[in-house]
Amino acid sequence: MDNLIALLIAAPLLGAAVLLCGGRRLDAVGHWIGTALAAASFVFGVILFADLLGKNAEHRTLTQHLFSWVPVEGFQADVAFRLDQLSMTFVLLITGVGSLIHLYSVGYMEHDERRRRFFGYLNLFLAAMLLLVLADNYLLLYVGWEGVGLASYLLIGFWQHKPSAATAAKKAFLVNRVGDMGLSIAIMLMFTTFGTFAFGPVLGTHEEPGLVGGASGATLTGIALMLLLAACGKSAQVPLQSWLGDAMEGPTPVSALIHAATMVTAGVYLIVRSGALFNAAPDAQLVVTIVGAVTLLFGAIVGCAKDDIKKALAGSTMSQIGYMVLAAGLGPIGYVFAIMHLVTHGFFKAGLFLGAGSVMHGMNDEVDMRKYGGLRKYMPITFITFGLGYLAIIGFPGLSGFFSKDKIIEAAFAKGGTEGWILGGAALLGAAITAYYMTRVMLMTFFGEERWRNQPTRSPEAPSAEPAAEHQGEHAEPHPHESPRSMTVPMIVLAFGSVFAGGFFSIGDRFLHWLEPVTGHAEGNPPVSALTVTLATMAVLVVGVAIAWAQYGRRPVPVVAPRGSLLTRAARRDLLQDDFNHVVLVRGGEHLTRSLVYVDHTLVDGVVNGTAASMGGLSGRMRKLQNGFARSYAVSMFGGAAVLVAATLLMRAV
Amino acid sequence: MNPVNYLYLAALLFTIGATGVLIRRNAIVVFMCVELMLNACNLAFVAFSRMHGNLDGQIIAFFTMVVAAAEVVVGLAIIVSLFRSRHSASVDDASLMKL
Amino acid sequence: MSFPLLTATAALPALGAVATAAVPAARRTAAKWLALLVSLATLVLAAIVVVRFDPDGDRYQLTESHAWIKDFGVRYELGVDGIAVALLALTALLIPFIILAGWHDADPLETGNKRWRPTQGFFALILAVEAMVIISFEATDVFVFYIFFEAMLIPMYFLIGGFGDRAHAHGEETASTQRSYAAVKFLLYNLVGGLIMLAAVIGLYVVAGNFSLQEIAEARANGSLDMATNTERWLFLGFFFAFAVKAPLWPLHTWLPNAMQEATAPVAVLITAVVDKVGTFAMLRFCLQLFPEASKWATPVILVLALISIIYGALLAVGQRDIKRLVAYASISHFGFIILGIFAMTSQGQSGATLYMVNHGISTAALMLVAGFLISRRGSRLIADYGGVQKVAPVLAGTFLIGGLATLSLPGLAPFVSEFLVLVGTFARYPLVGIIATFGIVLAALYTLILYQRTMTGPVKPEVSAMPDLRARELVVVAPLIVLLIFLGVYPKPVTDIVNPAVKQTMSDVHKKDPQPEVEAAK
Repeated sequence: MDNLIALLIAAPLLGAAVLLCGGRRLDAVGHWIGTALAAASFVFGVILFADLLGKNAEHRTLTQHLFSWVPVEGFQADVAFRLDQLSMTFVLLITGVGSLIHLYSVGYMEHDERRRRFFGYLNLFLAAMLLLVLADNYLLLYVGWEGVGLASYLLIGFWQHKPSAATAAKKAFLVNRVGDMGLSIAIMLMFTTFGTFAFGPVLGTHEEPGLVGGASGATLTGIALMLLLAACGKSAQVPLQSWLGDAMEGPTPVSALIHAATMVTAGVYLIVRSGALFNAAPDAQLVVTIVGAVTLLFGAIVGCAKDDIKKALAGSTMSQIGYMVLAAGLGPIGYVFAIMHLVTHGFFKAGLFLGAGSVMHGMNDEVDMRKYGGLRKYMPITFITFGLGYLAIIGFPGLSGFFSKDKIIEAAFAKGGTEGWILGGAALLGAAITAYYMTRVMLMTFFGEERWRNQPTRSPEAPSAEPAAEHQGEHAEPHPHESPRSMTVPMIVLAFGSVFAGGFFSIGDRFLHWLEPVTGHAEGNPPVSALTVTLATMAVLVVGVAIAWAQYGRRPVPVVAPRGSLLTRAARRDLLQDDFNHVVLVRGGEHLTRSLVYVDHTLVDGVVNGTAASMGGLSGRMRKLQNGFARSYAVSMFGGAAVLVAATLLMRAV
Repeated sequence: MNPVNYLYLAALLFTIGATGVLIRRNAIVVFMCVELMLNACNLAFVAFSRMHGNLDGQIIAFFTMVVAAAEVVVGLAIIVSLFRSRHSASVDDASLMKL
Repeated sequence: MSFPLLTATAALPALGAVATAAVPAARRTAAKWLALLVSLATLVLAAIVVVRFDPDGDRYQLTESHAWIKDFGVRYELGVDGIAVALLALTALLIPFIILAGWHDADPLETGNKRWRPTQGFFALILAVEAMVIISFEATDVFVFYIFFEAMLIPMYFLIGGFGDRAHAHGEETASTQRSYAAVKFLLYNLVGGLIMLAAVIGLYVVAGNFSLQEIAEARANGSLDMATNTERWLFLGFFFAFAVKAPLWPLHTWLPNAMQEATAPVAVLITAVVDKVGTFAMLRFCLQLFPEASKWATPVILVLALISIIYGALLAVGQRDIKRLVAYASISHFGFIILGIFAMTSQGQSGATLYMVNHGISTAALMLVAGFLISRRGSRLIADYGGVQKVAPVLAGTFLIGGLATLSLPGLAPFVSEFLVLVGTFARYPLVGIIATFGIVLAALYTLILYQRTMTGPVKPEVSAMPDLRARELVVVAPLIVLLIFLGVYPKPVTDIVNPAVKQTMSDVHKKDPQPEVEAAK
């Protein structure tokens, strides 16, 4: 059974290789090959899951050692996998949602001539993501980590002919590289501290503590902070969040799979996986919670101001991952809930993105919500699935988000002390804003007037343009219609997940018992009762929805965005983070490289060329002495002879 | 007679020759001054030979004479051809070889 | 006496060079095929060397030794250790690709003023360089090494100066001026380095009485040859200077961008992937073995210079407008990593550095050769002249991307393993240096992705709209390199197995032990 683990990764990897090297002759069937291999991986996942369920909770860890990867004196890295409850959860999420999105893409990318390559990249992503969660050491995890970065780069920039897409792809990769730097420094620190970076020896198991215990607090804090940097890059947490909004340039299935459900949650995985390490570094944990709290507010505020439906959802993703990071930073109180929210979020956010894609599909790839409105009549299935996702994300009682988010807010309060109050307050505030911006999205898209009527084509400055739109530009008015079956089926399945997953996990604490052996669990000491928290959450939810209704439900939505308050305008520009990056990093960097090019040319090369030139000049001057007058030569000869004689005499005298 | 006096004479002749080479422009005169310097050296060689009582100096003197004769042949030929082409025997005019 | 295998690996391309040069001008194609066959035969010989080399055996194997100049104690001594075997294999492997990639680079010019170009000469010179590089890797006699180290300059000079890129914005006249500038600069830089090394070689002879690497190193190790501290330092500096020019290390690097820019892409690969490796190789073999104490003395300064090379080279690569210059500065950054690994004096660092030499050779070859194919299609080296190539020539763009990703050390491709080893090896002894060097990986992503974005993505420029995709010959060149990059990224064990014992020896030469982890593994 252990040997199946490698097959999990091998199936999509094979798909990527076949599709990317196969050439045009696979164009006709490529997407089905890709989907089939993703589904195959899911099947393997389910088989392994059944196998794990059949074992005792303590023995639910499978390992597979493939080969020694980098054997160097004192340094061992193996290609080896480790499948425990935590990675199993991820495997099911990745392959399950991944297969659905493959299916969805068959319809969504139907008119794209490069569909085969798209599926190749998607398969590559699946393989890398599975490698990330299955690796049994940090270096192999790093391979998956950058592998998903590469797939994300390729997919964001899939429509490469659009400069904005190419730039967004580059930005995503670069920001992630900054995070990767953190991961590699963390691995180096682990190597010098422990002599190894495999999960087993470093983190230990519940019977046998790992090497973590022996290291000094400062070192552990350093490692943990570097891991956090990596997590910030991959999971779009402040201060490395700027790439996620731009990443919406990619095709919508990509946004759903990579930039909502799976890849961006890798940071949470990393923190939870390294739980033993973080537990031993409380200072770092504090930083993790702060990052999570700041991001959950940051993303939510940005989400309120965006008119681009995908960017609004991207802000929401950032915010929801902020919740997970916050929970992960709480330590054993929160690990399980971080992962639980991660899974439910995977369902409803993927569903929301697919819904957004379906809307765009029917609306000539228009993304501006101000040009939507009243679409519920035209796209009933999309409306219902999107609506269920909406209810789930705002935490409507009984739906998935309710269970998982509520637990996180509780856990934040349970942290105790002032910190607990601040974190809990931030989480509550976030819940209110979430209710607000999601209601806004819902109202602007599916309710209200049909603002797309009598609209000429997209205004030229409208943000992205999906390629199919190129030859639809002449349409005077969109004709909203429901999407084909291959797109609606995944949406329906995900809607089921959005509705029932949370309840299923929470009844009898199923999820808690499943994950506890890996992550550990502790009850905090909440200053207020769980019921109070739930009631407070409900209250802020109602407030958020009410405000949104007052602004967007009662009044008609203007087609052209009003100027808005200072905060709105800042939020539209991602709270000026990009402007800061542009001024400080991009401009500064440009100046630096340009001046360095100048320095290299004039100074470093100048010294060399200068030496050559001065030699040339010197010999030019020496040449002048050869004036051709025989008598001046004679003078120098006599002079030289005289000097020689004088010197000889002088030497003798001395 | 004290052979040292011959050395003084040789030094005197050499100085006259050297001065001539440096200050005169006429190639013939310069040439003759060079000869004068050579002969001053010859005189010194012979004088030293006498002073030290061996024949090396006198042998060298013969060598010098042979070299001088050869030099005269080549030198005069150059001067004559120079004069023919430029109608002047001034050494300063012959500065075309400079860069 | 057994078959002189090492001599044969060097003699074969040397003879091949002569034979290729002797092919009559009319039979150009025959000369190309001859050169290709010779390089392939050399590859076979190199493969035999790899197979016959026993990693766990003696330090130097397949040795040959003959008296040469008795009066000066010069012996014709060859022998290979694991590091040399790896680089020997790399050289023999890359030359066929270089020849194949440059198949048409030396054809007579058809347009403009018809200039005669000695096609055979081009291929003969490449083979000559191969022969000299191989023997430099094999020589265990300092004098023999020195001769071929220097003699390499002659064919390289002609390759750079004589066969430039046809792509030049300002016409053939300026092109040839700039080309000869680059060639002379290359020659002068390396000659200066070489002459200083010559002084050091003579100095070494005066001190040691012979030129044999093994004898001197042994005598140094067991204490029978004592050098005054200052003497050792001066001799070390003399050797190191020459290798630092060749490597090239900041601030002695400025010849490389010029040379790579002006040379044809295959020759640029020859420079950076093959010839420059002699410099870094020689640091490992000669500097560390002959002058261990001085090496340790100089380490701080060298580490700083290597660090500057890494960051500075990467930053300059970001600022370049010329594709080939960009690759050249990227290479400078990578050589910084190699030198960092060597002088970090840890097993991981030195294994990583050796592996890096091999991987950098392959990855630069992949990137540069594809860049060369691109440039030959458009006739321009300027990044700004391209755009949207991905749409027109997807295979070309794809291979270019993989080459670029290898350059930025993407995990899964070969350079990642070596770069990480170098970083970890450096970090273990000098944490701050390791952290600063890590910034290099961000900058590497920056220059690679900028290059890719500007040339391959965006709207299709009219000038590139008719660009053909990779042809069969070009695919034959690139595909194996890419396969190798992936293979060595996933399974570098074959190389590390050969290299590890040699690194262990070198570590013991400099009397250094790896730093131990803070927390001992609880067994």
